Amino acid sequence: MSRVMPVLVVLLGIVALWYGAAVAMNAPWARDQAARAGTPLSTGQLIAATMVQERPVLPAPHQVAKGLWDGIAGQKITSKRSLVWHGWITLSATLAGFAIGALAGAALAVAIVHSRVMDLSIMPWAIASQTVPILAIAPMVIVVFASAGVTGLVPKAMISAWLSFFPVLVGMVKGFRTPDRMQLDQMHSWSASRAQAFFLLRLPSSLPYLFASLKVAVAAALVGTIVGELPAGATAGLGARLLSGSYYGQTIQIWSALFAAAGLAAVLVALIGLIERVVLKRMGLAR
Amino acid sequence: MTRYGEGGARPGALILGLAVLVLVLAANRWWPGSGLLLFVWLAGWAVNSRLAHYEGPISAMLVPLIFGATLLASWEIACASFAIPPVILPAPSAIGAAFAANLPLLWGDFVQTILKGALSGWLIGAALAVAVAVLIDRSPFLQRGLLPIGNFVAALPIVGIAPILVMWFGFDWQSKAAVVVIMVFFPILVNMVAGLKATDALARDQIATWSASYAQALVKLRLPSAMPFLFNGLKITTTLALIGAIVAEFFGSPTRGMGFRISTSVGQLNLALVWAEILVAALAGTAFYGIVALIEKRVTFWHPSQRG
Repeated sequence: MSRVMPVLVVLLGIVALWYGAAVAMNAPWARDQAARAGTPLSTGQLIAATMVQERPVLPAPHQVAKGLWDGIAGQKITSKRSLVWHGWITLSATLAGFAIGALAGAALAVAIVHSRVMDLSIMPWAIASQTVPILAIAPMVIVVFASAGVTGLVPKAMISAWLSFFPVLVGMVKGFRTPDRMQLDQMHSWSASRAQAFFLLRLPSSLPYLFASLKVAVAAALVGTIVGELPAGATAGLGARLLSGSYYGQTIQIWSALFAAAGLAAVLVALIGLIERVVLKRMGLAR
Repeated sequence: MTRYGEGGARPGALILGLAVLVLVLAANRWWPGSGLLLFVWLAGWAVNSRLAHYEGPISAMLVPLIFGATLLASWEIACASFAIPPVILPAPSAIGAAFAANLPLLWGDFVQTILKGALSGWLIGAALAVAVAVLIDRSPFLQRGLLPIGNFVAALPIVGIAPILVMWFGFDWQSKAAVVVIMVFFPILVNMVAGLKATDALARDQIATWSASYAQALVKLRLPSAMPFLFNGLKITTTLALIGAIVAEFFGSPTRGMGFRISTSVGQLNLALVWAEILVAALAGTAFYGIVALIEKRVTFWHPSQRG
C-alpha cells in the first residue's frame, strides 16, 4: 500500500492539472462561440463548454477515455475506426521486427564473444551507432521499399528489427562477458568444451542482461513501427491514426491513438518483465 | 641453413590464395560483378584477422576503420556492378557529391533542426528535470510517486505527442523544442533523483558534523556527487533530442529543417540528398554525444570511471 499511494496521488495530481489545462486552453474557443451567438457565459457554463467540444485544443481526460473506449469496445474489431484493428497492425509489425532484431542481435553477440576480429570490427560501430538518430530515416525506408514494390508489414518490421537489434547486441555482449576469469578457469579445469562453457556458464549468466535489453528493444521496436507508419499513404496502424488525426484536427483521435500506443508499450514491457521473473525464478537467479 | 619451419607456411598460403582466386572467379562467372565484391570483402577480413592478433590501441583503432572502409567499398562496388538504381540505394560517392554540393542547404537545415529545435529543447528539458529533481528531493512521498511514473513514461512512444505539440506551438522550431523537452525530461529526472541519493553515509555524517545547512549540503556535497548520474541521463538523451526534433518535422515544418528535407526529398526520389541529411544527422549525433562526454570529463574528473 505504501508503494501504491504516492503513485496514485501523483496520478490524481496529473489528472487535476490536465483538467485545469483543458479549461484554460479550450476557453478561448468557447468564449468565441458564445460571443458569436451573443449569449453571455457564466463561469460554470464556460467550464462545461470546455469539456464537450468536438475538436478541443486539449481534450479533457474523460473525452480521451471515451474515445479510447469507443475505439476499443465500441466498434467491430474489423472496422477501420477500431483501435484494436489499428493496434493489431502495429503490434504484428512490432513483434515480427522485434523477433528478427533480437535473434540477430543475440546471434551476432555470440559471434563477437568468440571472435576477436568480429569484436574489434563491429563493436565500436555498434556503440557509435547508438548516438545516431536512426529512427529519423524510418519514413525513407518505407518509401524505398514501396518503390521496390514491398509494402505492408515487411518494411515496418525491418525498421523495428534494426532498432531492436543494437540494444540486444550490446546488452548480450555485456551479458556473455559477465562470467569472470575464475569461473571460466573453473570450467576449463573441468575440461569443458567451448560449447559447454557457453551453454552452461555464459548463457545462463547473461540472462538478466538479456531481459533488460529486451525491454529496451521492444519499446524501441514499437516506436520504430509507429514512426514507420507516418509517411503519407499509410492507412493502417496507430501511427497512421496519429497522422490522419493531425491532418483533420481530430484531437480526440490523436490522444486516443497515443494512449493506445502507450498501453501497448506498457503491456509489451510488462510481459517481458513477467517472463523475466518466471525464468529467473526457475533458474534460481531471482533477486 | 634451411628455414623450413617458416617456409612451410608458404605453400599453405599459396594454396589458400589460389582457392580464393578460384572462388572469386567462379562467383564472378555465376553472378557478374560479385567477384570484386567478394574479393574486397575477403581482403578486408584477412587484413583484420591478421591485425586482431596484436594487442594494443593501434589495432583496436585500425580494425574498426578497416571494417568500415571495407563496408563502404563493398557498397560502392555493389552499386556500380549490380546497377542498383539510385532511387533505391545511391552509391557513397553520389552521397558525398550531394553532401558537398548542398553545403549551404544542409547548414541551414542543421541550424533549424539541431541548434534551434533539438539543442534549445534539450537545454530547457534538462534544466526543468534538474529543478524538479531538486524540488522533490525533500519529499520522499513525491519521489515514490514520480519515479515509477517517470520510468514508465521513459518506455512510452512519446514521439507520438509530436502532432499535438505541432498544433499547439505552430510549425516553427518552438514546437520541435517542446517535443524534445518532453522526450528528455523523464530520463534526466530519473537519473538526477538517483544521483541526489548517491552520497555515502560517511560524507553525509561528515558534513553534518560541520553543521552544514540543507542548502550547503546540497550545493557542496550532493549536487557534485549527483553529476555522474546527471551526465548519464544527459548522454542518453542526446540521441532522443535529435530524434524528437527530426520526427516532429514530419508533422509540419517551415520549408527548411532536416526532417522536412528528408520527407520532401524522398518524395522527389532524390535519395542522395536524403542520405546526405542522414550523414549530417549521424555527424551531429556523434558530435553532440562527444561534446557532452567531454564536459562530463571536465566536471566529474574525480569519479573512478574518469580516472582510467
